[in-house]
Amino acid sequence: MRTARTLRTAVAVAGALGVLSLTACGAADTGKSTAAGGDKTVKLTVPSWVGAQANVAVAKQILEEELGYKVKTQQMGEVLAWDALSKGDIDAILEDWGHPKEEKQYVETKKTVVKGGDLGVTGHIGWFVPKYFADEHPDVTDWKNLNKYAEEFRTAESGQKGELLEGSPDYVTHDDAIINNLKLNLKTKYAGSEAAQITAIKKYAKAKKPFLTYWWTPQWLNAEVDMVEVKLPEYKEGCDADPKKVACAYPHTPLQKFLNADFAKNGGEAAEFLENFNWTTEQQNEVALMIAGEKMSPEAAAEKWVKENEATWKAWLPKK
Amino acid sequence: MSATATTVSKPGTGAGEARTRPSGGGLRDAVRRRRGLFAGGGALAALLVLGAVLLGGGTWPAGLTADISGPLDAANEWIVDNRDSHPLFLYFLLHLSNTATDAVNAVYQGLDALGWLGVTAAAVLVAWRAAGLGRRGLRVALTALGAFAVCGLLGMWDATLLTIALMVVSVAAAAVLGTLIGLAAGLSDRVDRALRPVLDTMQVMPAFAYLLPFVLVFGTGTPAALFCTVIYAAPPMARLTALGLRGADPAALEAAVSLGTNGRQRLWTARLPLARRQMLLGLNQTIMMALSMVVIAALVGAGGLGEEVYSALATTDVGKAFAAGLPIVLIAVWLDRTTAAAGDGTGASAPAGSWLHGGRAWALVAAAVAAAAAVRTAGWPDAWTYDISTPVNRAQEWITANLTFTEVWAREFTVWLLNPLRDALLWLPWWSVLLLVAAAARLVGNWLSAVTATVAMAAIGVLGVWTKSLNTLSQVLAALVVTLVLGFLAGVLCARAGRLERWVRPLLDAMQTMPQFVYLIPVVALFGATRTSAIVAAVVYALPAVVRITTQGLREVDPAAVEASRSLGASTRQQLFGVQLPLARPALQLAVNQGVVLVLAVVVVGGLVGGGALGYDVIKGLSRGEMGLGMTAGIAIVCLGLVLDRVTQRTSRTPR
Repeated sequence: MRTARTLRTAVAVAGALGVLSLTACGAADTGKSTAAGGDKTVKLTVPSWVGAQANVAVAKQILEEELGYKVKTQQMGEVLAWDALSKGDIDAILEDWGHPKEEKQYVETKKTVVKGGDLGVTGHIGWFVPKYFADEHPDVTDWKNLNKYAEEFRTAESGQKGELLEGSPDYVTHDDAIINNLKLNLKTKYAGSEAAQITAIKKYAKAKKPFLTYWWTPQWLNAEVDMVEVKLPEYKEGCDADPKKVACAYPHTPLQKFLNADFAKNGGEAAEFLENFNWTTEQQNEVALMIAGEKMSPEAAAEKWVKENEATWKAWLPKK
Repeated sequence: MSATATTVSKPGTGAGEARTRPSGGGLRDAVRRRRGLFAGGGALAALLVLGAVLLGGGTWPAGLTADISGPLDAANEWIVDNRDSHPLFLYFLLHLSNTATDAVNAVYQGLDALGWLGVTAAAVLVAWRAAGLGRRGLRVALTALGAFAVCGLLGMWDATLLTIALMVVSVAAAAVLGTLIGLAAGLSDRVDRALRPVLDTMQVMPAFAYLLPFVLVFGTGTPAALFCTVIYAAPPMARLTALGLRGADPAALEAAVSLGTNGRQRLWTARLPLARRQMLLGLNQTIMMALSMVVIAALVGAGGLGEEVYSALATTDVGKAFAAGLPIVLIAVWLDRTTAAAGDGTGASAPAGSWLHGGRAWALVAAAVAAAAAVRTAGWPDAWTYDISTPVNRAQEWITANLTFTEVWAREFTVWLLNPLRDALLWLPWWSVLLLVAAAARLVGNWLSAVTATVAMAAIGVLGVWTKSLNTLSQVLAALVVTLVLGFLAGVLCARAGRLERWVRPLLDAMQTMPQFVYLIPVVALFGATRTSAIVAAVVYALPAVVRITTQGLREVDPAAVEASRSLGASTRQQLFGVQLPLARPALQLAVNQGVVLVLAVVVVGGLVGGGALGYDVIKGLSRGEMGLGMTAGIAIVCLGLVLDRVTQRTSRTPR
């Protein structure tokens, strides 16, 4: 019996090793050879927020209809997208809000990713209150008066303090440090996803209740819910260098494009087009609102915009 | 921690075990137990005083923590730096990921080549053949037809095919892996004991936590999604295969031995065929688990229906999310009914000799599918689609506008139950929490379970997530209470009124298989981005299993006992409380245990709607690419699961 078991184990081990050695016959294809040029396919990542979906939809429309490319889109988180960009699983990120760690690792150290220039849209993060509340209490828009209104922002979740609504874990935030360093009687509440945060804001706005939220522009919801920014101590270069000591506002960030290094070199017209791609906040919002507000499909929204704004995108096409 | 998988099979065995427990010496037993309780209570009080003097109060001391996120993040970086050059990747892991991608692509292209007519014909005919020729077969075939027609009508045809392709490959891989593990565990007790905690971890560890390392190693898209699905879906197959092998009729095995068979022959000719029903049930459960990963797969770019659900979230479009979630439910119903029918239907097909029997029938099915494919239809015609997102959105807006009292409930629930519970747990000195856990686990189980539970609780402290874990624990406990109260009530109702159960069944199916991401927005709209929303999401997910187990447990109570009580003049109420519920106790305990496992499975989803604590950390780890943070929180969730399991489930395996 014992020998039988030993034999069985030996057979199993040998089998496993056999399979292993079979797969090990040759080095695997790392996927890069199919990534560069060749079959005229461009792979773009679709980030989870609508503004970025608008970029991708418009770029896709023009690449497919004007330049004859096939565009494959893939949806994933921001950091995962950086990783995929480095590996060549995707060719470009069209809207990046600043990932210093990844930039250092992939652009400077590994040199697998290159900068693709400005998107033309400037992003800004801040603390916002609804306009109907700011109209009634104009002094709420200065951080120095926030403690006075803490009670108005109180919820069952925040206990005795005022609630500062936060969004998805994806987002850059120093709010816990800011509250602490400015000695504000506030407490952050992480909604956990952009969808949850937007739903909560819409709910407050419908009931005309006061709220205080971490928010940003450009954002399609701003066309539906009017919000006013609360002034935090002015942003100065380097005041957010130490995450624990931040006590200032967020910077205005010109949003960036990034390309896979191989794609930038061998991507031909597509790479050139994506580098030229550059539009304004208003233009992006126009498409974003069609997608999110009017619930059009991104393809339909992009088609409509492309039809109406020929002059803008003609300038992005590669010079012949 | 038995997973969902075992729900269906376990109540039966549990009831058997309860009935065979010796009833003699009850009084002596009770006296001994009471004395033990007094002694235990005294010792506990003494320990509390001693602890207060020696250790002081407060939360877990910082000196007793070990941060594991440093090494994990370092591993993360090593992978990124080496995956293009290290031989481990070039000669092994990359082959795995390329094979996975190729396999899914091949299946997808195959389905696509069949055309919509071919795919539908294949699904309907296979369902019909598997369920037999009778009325049941017809019903299952019609279910398949309806499911595919609706998928097409909703304009989700292509996404459905992609999801099915991913499912086919991952279920096949999970079934093979699960069968191998199950074989090992079924044939050797030692392997079984060693594997049980592994299987538990595979199911309770949130997939979000290990998705990141898989993405780094195997790349985004299909491979990472596939391997995560396999890990989550394989355990039911393994458990039920092992259960089937162990439960084989001893008489049949005896007969096989007496015929002079050797071990391997017995395995092939007796044990495996006898375990067939259990293994098919395992396959059925594996399919259901795999389907529940569809949306998570989309988070790393695997596409399909999950991507539709996930992208609908970005525009807070409930209608679109619902239109993509419904096909997932329908695929689940179709596969569930088909595999279940194939499991029961052994021998129910046409009588031998009929030309519709066995291989000939399958040949006929193949021929019909080939004929349908030969028509060369492309994807589902665009003209035959219907957009349900607008009416659904309108309905959701109406509901959230008119049900304003939900917000008040949420606030009261938070203020009067959640906050006190959390604050009380946090107020308790850390060592007294450990003592409480140990005492509770000892009361329910034996010394071994007490030690396990205490070690798991201590591990949470050592990981440095004590406060967050207690916050999560308070939410889990509250969700559990709500689930059990509602679930037992509904279960009793369903057991007493058979028609009600048939009515409720599709609803329970939908609650279990509809991706939580679909109802995330309505939940937030009703209850705000709060912990209450997280609890509601958990209750919706965990309720069906509790209702089902309770119903089944009450039904299986010996009818003679109920009859006897009725003839003695017991009222309906007395029958229920005096006879049925006590006799169904093992099933009710299992329901509690399943409630724990399932509620924990949704902790991460709770993090997406304002649950915070561990669930939020897991998501943050994934989306920020911080492996250490996500894994630490994931391990803490597994530890909480261990603790709750040991304090809720009587250890029937080991004698007291």
